[in-house]
Amino acid sequence: MPTSLPSEFADLEPFSDWCLRTEAQRYAKRLSSSMDEMQAFYDAAFPRLEEILTYLDRLDLGALPPDAEQLLLLCYSLVNISFPVEVWRQARVPDSGAASLDAVIEPAV
Amino acid sequence: MAHFPKPAEGSWTEHYPELGTGPVNYEDSISPEFYELERKAIFQKTWLNVGRVEAIPRAGRYFTKELQCAGTSVIIVRDKDGEVRGFHNICRHRGNKLVWNDYPREETSGICRQFTCKYHGWRYELNGTLAFVQQESEFFDLDKSDFGLVPVQTEVWEGFIFVNLDPENSTSVKDYLGGLGAGIEGYPFGEMTQVYKYRATVGSNWKLFIDAFAEFYHAPVLHAKQATDDESRKLQGFGFEALSYAIDGPHGMVSSWGGMAPPKDPSMVKPIERALRSGLFGPWDRPDIDGLDRLPEGLNPARHPAWGEDSFVFFPNFMVLVWAPGWYLTYHYWPTSYNTHIFEGTLYFVPPKNATERLRQELAAVTFKEYGLQDGNTLEATQSMIESRAVLQFPLSDQEILLRHLHKTARSYVAQYEQSQSPVQIGAPS
Repeated sequence: MPTSLPSEFADLEPFSDWCLRTEAQRYAKRLSSSMDEMQAFYDAAFPRLEEILTYLDRLDLGALPPDAEQLLLLCYSLVNISFPVEVWRQARVPDSGAASLDAVIEPAV
Repeated sequence: MAHFPKPAEGSWTEHYPELGTGPVNYEDSISPEFYELERKAIFQKTWLNVGRVEAIPRAGRYFTKELQCAGTSVIIVRDKDGEVRGFHNICRHRGNKLVWNDYPREETSGICRQFTCKYHGWRYELNGTLAFVQQESEFFDLDKSDFGLVPVQTEVWEGFIFVNLDPENSTSVKDYLGGLGAGIEGYPFGEMTQVYKYRATVGSNWKLFIDAFAEFYHAPVLHAKQATDDESRKLQGFGFEALSYAIDGPHGMVSSWGGMAPPKDPSMVKPIERALRSGLFGPWDRPDIDGLDRLPEGLNPARHPAWGEDSFVFFPNFMVLVWAPGWYLTYHYWPTSYNTHIFEGTLYFVPPKNATERLRQELAAVTFKEYGLQDGNTLEATQSMIESRAVLQFPLSDQEILLRHLHKTARSYVAQYEQSQSPVQIGAPS
């Protein structure tokens, strides 16, 4: 069974499928999601961001417990979908057509 | 009206009179023949940056770099004495590519004690010496000392690894980078080891993408939607003016203001940027390391209090962008044909101390990709229409001085090469 989020953030559990380890996975999920799905995720997670940061900053970034790591991965996805939700009103970058830009090196966590 | 002062001549371009001010011909970006000359005159002759020393921190660590533009592949390795060395990636026995995994044309990296050829098992020391020949007694008068790996001139400058494929080159990379390089020596590049690297295959000539990143004239228009509506209208009204430009030999730089890190008014940026204090210009708060309080002389040459970022264009295909909030970015443009290239954008941060810092860097990296996708796609649109040859002469503004300089430099390298190749005619009338 996949690790769940810290109990303080159990209300975000319905969005745990956004806990993805690589940028490629996060970007792919963004492209395959509807604006309604991303808006729902954003509306639930963004207002909690400050609390999340307070929670995570108390922990050692290099040795996060599994549930805190899941929470951090969820935040990476929140950052990624902030563009469709706050700016583009669509999943893709406008006028980006067939262009791609792949992450070939990224931090491990 | 100019918001920032220009040189006494009235413009940056006229400050460098050899550049001229006329329209620029872009035949150099659409001609297969010109590209073949560029490969010989530029990519096989000049210093090329292939990465950073942090990628090979210990003896035996290596990576390969595909240099299709120069017709070879190289191995970069740290040897047992700690020295960084470069070799052509070819086995001396029968020419197999020495280091590769699964796909011969893809780059790879790793750690090893010796390099072993997949074909017949010949082995080489990290310093290139041939160490072992399978069934050596079957060969005829084979002296192993004559069959070491073919070295490539390799030098490290400020932690950046450069190779030069011209065995006759006698200029050090430090001399090659000239005054603009010297001006950023001492910047704490080595402290910024948290790396995000992006790669794209782009359907344009390599110079067109440098063009796109060597001017910010496009930014208020192409990227208009990335700012809030009010801010976007204001930015388009102002347009873009750099704080200063400099040209030194084949290299150039543009220094820019940076009102977004942090923005004067938080409502100028989107909610996630306000919440995290980060964005395109990077995290708003500088990391706590030595070397950022007193910057090297070559940064912020105008000494402007609103300084935000300096972009250095090191000829031919390497850019370094140093941002006021204490991080840097490199761009590489590796031609694969006259109208295609591989673009690499790499972001370097001081390793984050906590989740907040980590997320600020994540937002900067994600934002970089959003902008990069817009830039990259525009290039294919440009390439395809320049290739129509319906228009070949293009007027370049003063804010596009580095483009004028780049294309002129490429043309003059090619002209010089052609001159060196033409047979000397003794006694012929000139």
